[in-house]
Amino acid sequence: MELLRLATAGSVDDGKSTLIGRLLFDSKAIFEDQLESVERVSRQRGDEYTDLALLTDGLRAEREQGITIDVAYRYFATPARKFIIADTPGHIQYTRNMVTGNSNADLTIVLVDARKGIVEQTRRHAFLASLLRVPHILLCVNKMDLVGYDRDVFESLREEFAAFASRLDVADLSFIPISALQGDNVVQRSVNMPWYEGASLLHHLEQVYISSDRNLIDPRLPVQWVIRPQAASRLDYRGYAGRVAGGVFRPGDQVMVLPSGLTTTVAGIDTFDGPLDEAFPPMSVTIRLDDDIDISRGDLICRPMNQPTVGQDLDAMVAWMTERPLAPGDFLALKHTTRWVRAVVRDIHYRLDVNTLHRDESATSLALNDVGRVSLRVTQPLYYDSYRRNRQTGSFILAAEDTDVTAGAGMLLGPD
Amino acid sequence: MERDWGVAGSGQYQLSELQNIEAQSIHIIREVAAEFERPVLLFSGGKDSVVMLRLAQKAFWPGRIPFPVMHIDTGHNFTEVLEFRDRCVTEIGATLVVASVQHSIDSGRVAEEAGPNPSRNRLQTRTLLDAINEHRFDAVFGGARRDEEKARAKERVFSFRDEFGQWDPKNQRPELWSLFNGRHRSGEHIRVFPLSDWTELDIWQYVVEEQIDLPSIYFSHRRHVFRRDGMLLAVGPHVSPRDDEETFEATVRYRTVGDMTCTGAVESSASSAEDIVIEVAASRLTERGATRADDRVSEAAMEDRKREGYF
Ligand SMILES: Nc1nc2c(ncn2[C@@H]2O[C@H](COP(=O)(O)OP(=O)(O)O)[C@@H](O)[C@H]2O)c(=O)[nH]1
Ligand SMILES: [Mg+2]
Repeated sequence: MELLRLATAGSVDDGKSTLIGRLLFDSKAIFEDQLESVERVSRQRGDEYTDLALLTDGLRAEREQGITIDVAYRYFATPARKFIIADTPGHIQYTRNMVTGNSNADLTIVLVDARKGIVEQTRRHAFLASLLRVPHILLCVNKMDLVGYDRDVFESLREEFAAFASRLDVADLSFIPISALQGDNVVQRSVNMPWYEGASLLHHLEQVYISSDRNLIDPRLPVQWVIRPQAASRLDYRGYAGRVAGGVFRPGDQVMVLPSGLTTTVAGIDTFDGPLDEAFPPMSVTIRLDDDIDISRGDLICRPMNQPTVGQDLDAMVAWMTERPLAPGDFLALKHTTRWVRAVVRDIHYRLDVNTLHRDESATSLALNDVGRVSLRVTQPLYYDSYRRNRQTGSFILAAEDTDVTAGAGMLLGPD
Repeated sequence: MERDWGVAGSGQYQLSELQNIEAQSIHIIREVAAEFERPVLLFSGGKDSVVMLRLAQKAFWPGRIPFPVMHIDTGHNFTEVLEFRDRCVTEIGATLVVASVQHSIDSGRVAEEAGPNPSRNRLQTRTLLDAINEHRFDAVFGGARRDEEKARAKERVFSFRDEFGQWDPKNQRPELWSLFNGRHRSGEHIRVFPLSDWTELDIWQYVVEEQIDLPSIYFSHRRHVFRRDGMLLAVGPHVSPRDDEETFEATVRYRTVGDMTCTGAVESSASSAEDIVIEVAASRLTERGATRADDRVSEAAMEDRKREGYF
């Protein structure tokens, strides 16, 4: 069975949590005790109907305020696929939680309230999803019940969003008119919108083609851990454990190890379940090499004819996620693949206005929730690809050196 | 049994859903081993911790697991589970640390609840935090899954705990991609949940595929039980029926194994992991809803316990 990771996006009250609740409810993925608990809480609060958003808004504060504060993960499966859903908050002050939920998504559902239309948060979230390079974006025009299931409302929002999205980097964009509350086009096709001829949301999620979304071209294995069993029977064993971040490795392949630049061949690919003929993303494996070369955590195994960029001067789009602004001269801890290094901010080139996508080149810092283009210098060379080419070797996080909190997320820019 | 690694070679390079989450769990476990000085894996002998231990074995094979395992012993555990725990740990050659709630009570750190059948569920938190301090553990692997409960559904894979062991659900660190941030100061620690994305059904399917051994109480057996709060509790040294509670013999099994005083059995004739996969797939109740009194205290019982430092 295949796995699809999806995340929600869109402004507060556009119906994200209700939609996820409806999806789970109509696909019979809700357990009786969960439903009873949600019904009880709804009754106690005096809701007119059972609030399905309570299925994901599980924290005390969320229930008291009727909002989503942090990502909730929910799981369900149909005979076709297993789904991991990240339901994210719409408030601007919780943008970092939206980014958290979307960073691993294969597909983002952007919700819009049919009455309110496309607002700043819709654009911000669609922009962030495209920046994170979520391969599939699905715009759901929600609350169609409140606009009389009017086709024109849907068509005009679709046009408006498509025009905005054409300026983003979106590989696949689709549109569905729905009512999360009533269930129209969520699991079943709606009888109220005969003019809509596309698939229901669930059907779309089951069908969308996801296998082309990984990099199978550039072999990359960031070394996580060196396995050296202290057992008499395996005294000479040396394995390099890690998760394949790109490409395919096979025994006999000629490989290069960075930073040393030494070349050797793959002697074998080991797992607890036996040796492998091929290792590809996102497998966690252990590679043995023919020659005894000095390799430690943070090194990278690649191919001599296909090497990543090596450098200390980085150019990246950075999403800033903490109150203290980011400014030139700031020192931060940076984690890239399996390495922590120190970084200093050299320059803030521009800040992006999420509404207009205008580049404000006069910006001298990035505030909480800003996104901008930043140059950094790091203490040791990194072996990286552009984020566009490889989500694993092209991303990094920044942590504050004093408080240790995760303060920023970076997507590396490169020649391609 | 030869393992089928997706459809490698056919040009599709697609892992199955279980292989996908397995690879992610192994990645998480290796990150922790590499970045922390003193990790520990919480091991109760329950199915989730047994699967977590298997994943740790896989992560470092053919080497050994480079950290100890720890059991928080409430003193109210099922004997079958304790025996299983010891056998398991010996077989894979891991080091076992046992932290005992009885000891916390005897040394005056916590007081036993009043009443005829006191639960030690809440007391475990003190024992756990004391053990973390005593051994200076800086990363603690837990087998919690996000599908178990609504507060767990909100938690990060790397979950920061302050010097009091507290979780602050309104102020969690962003967690992007698979780039985990385990930075912390001395006295603070990180709870790590490698099974975050696993569901109960995934666990059982994995138990079948991997032919993993589990304590016998997971499978159907005859037992003397009585009904309390809609749950079937086993009659045993720490739990006895009140006068109005009638004891009877039934064919039951456990969906979770916790403290005998608050873990209920379900009526079931599922006698193998294969049977259980079928049963779980058809179940209309979550495992905690069906069997755990500790979650019934209030709507936010789990969140409150987790804030205090519970598993
Ligand atoms: N009429 C109508 N109301 C909806 C629909 N979807 C959501 N709502 C309501 O909109 C409000 C906000 O929903 P919620 O799911 O919490 O929004 P979120 O902030 O995006 O998660 C709630 O009162 C919902 O009942 C819909 O399709 N039709
Ligand atoms: Mg919400």
